[in-house]
Amino acid sequence: MFRRRPRHPGVRTADATARGGFGASTPPLELRSISATYREKGATFAALEGVSLSVNDGEVVALIGPSGCGKSTLLDVVAGLLIPDAGEVRIRGRPLVAAERLGASAYMRQRDLLLPWRTALGNAALALEVDGTPKRRAMELAGERFPAFGLEGFEDAYPAQLSGGMRQRVAFLRTALAGRPLLLLDEPFGALDALTRAEMQAWLLALLEGGRVAVLLVTHDVEEAVLLADRVIVLTRRPGRVTHEEAVRLTRPRRRTQVMEPAFLRHKAAILEVLGLLDGDTV
Amino acid sequence: MPPVPSPTPLAGGTGRWLAPGGLVAAGLVVWEAAVRTAETPTWLLPAPSVVARTLWIDRGLLAGHATVTLAEIGIGFALALVLGVLLGAAIDASVVLARALYPLVVASQTVPIPALSPLLLIWLGHGLGPKVVVTALVAFFPIVVGTVDGLRATDREVLALLRSLGAGRWARFRLARLPQALPSVFSGARVAVAVSVIGAVFGELVGAEAGLGYLLTRSTAQFQTARVFAAIVVLSAIGIGLFALVALAERVLLPWRRWTTDDGTR
Repeated sequence: MFRRRPRHPGVRTADATARGGFGASTPPLELRSISATYREKGATFAALEGVSLSVNDGEVVALIGPSGCGKSTLLDVVAGLLIPDAGEVRIRGRPLVAAERLGASAYMRQRDLLLPWRTALGNAALALEVDGTPKRRAMELAGERFPAFGLEGFEDAYPAQLSGGMRQRVAFLRTALAGRPLLLLDEPFGALDALTRAEMQAWLLALLEGGRVAVLLVTHDVEEAVLLADRVIVLTRRPGRVTHEEAVRLTRPRRRTQVMEPAFLRHKAAILEVLGLLDGDTV
Repeated sequence: MPPVPSPTPLAGGTGRWLAPGGLVAAGLVVWEAAVRTAETPTWLLPAPSVVARTLWIDRGLLAGHATVTLAEIGIGFALALVLGVLLGAAIDASVVLARALYPLVVASQTVPIPALSPLLLIWLGHGLGPKVVVTALVAFFPIVVGTVDGLRATDREVLALLRSLGAGRWARFRLARLPQALPSVFSGARVAVAVSVIGAVFGELVGAEAGLGYLLTRSTAQFQTARVFAAIVVLSAIGIGLFALVALAERVLLPWRRWTTDDGTR
């Protein structure tokens, strides 16, 4: 196929779906038998082995597993930052190689990765600027969303002047403004204290209610996974393989109070069991 | 959070000037007293008061020569800044260029300036040319090193984030790598501006017709020691002034540095 690489394949094909170019059921993300190795300090580890999963429109899929099970590696593969050894990644049904996937998703990591020389407004507008929106217009668009993200009045503050929670909210706004139909969240609240974390989960839930974005969320917190996700996929220790898939049957919109419902606890127990954490002698 | 102390050493209240000012004043008093008691001849060691008087009497002469030296420093430093940043970026951009250029850049610093000056005189004549070249030669090195170090220190995760958003090589350079390198470039520039004063004076030692370095040589030959000291005072003032100017430019151009430590994080 001699087609020019679309700048944002995911975005482009989403339009095609709207026009009926693809079946409406084509998921934004499909992984087929992905195997990948991870290199660190000269050593090579098998990080993933034959991982297949899909994320549908408006769906939140959580990935959970012991540390070092290749969760982050999987997100790197999806984002196009890492070339897997085997397997296929389909965006809207189209198999794309790593280089073609760059720009198809918005990635948010545990570290906020704000640029210290840019103000909160400039950082939030970063993804828009990468897409070619003129700086002034990008800042305008970002500024409109500041009140909704609880950042009003901090537009001109530098990251070093902001609290951890606010920094993460700016990073979150940057991710949301990227306007990608697929969000990759790698333990986005892992570095925050419990209260800020709960607050941020509420932000994420509110954001998800509105849009039809598909989310792939990596977490090591079972409760967070059940609270936020429609499906929780459990990976084994390295090399990571899918060992269990838990469909979360809780009503949306989700509320924090749901963590006390029997259904929530049943889901939580099922996942803890798969992780081997219900034996009583661990954790 | 409490603001981190500014990275620019010349900034701050008047309080921090008390200690160094007092030290200099005390030294001058001791010097003045010693020269007067021992009745040292002025051609051997002039008293500070004599130097001060010479500064005032020769102000026109000193200002004229200082203007020439300042022009040499200004052009040489500007040249060093442009060349230094370009060379630094080239060294960072490609391994081949790094292997080819870095040894040459280092070698250029081992060239003895007194050996080079007469050659430059033959090639470029008696005007500003040779002095500008010597100034640029000594000043570009710290800027190259600062640029290379700054560019190499870029946060890999930030680059991965930009890549995942679809940012190309140039966009990553413009949005992340260059701004991240600027504090390090400025560190190099502060060193460079200080040594560029020495560079200009070295350039003037051979075959000059004007400039503070020329005035130094001529006045030494004529045993006008007070004037030599006056010229040195003016040179020091130029050095401190230019250093402060670069530090000020850094504060204005990198306002975010006021809230961060040297590695760019909180």
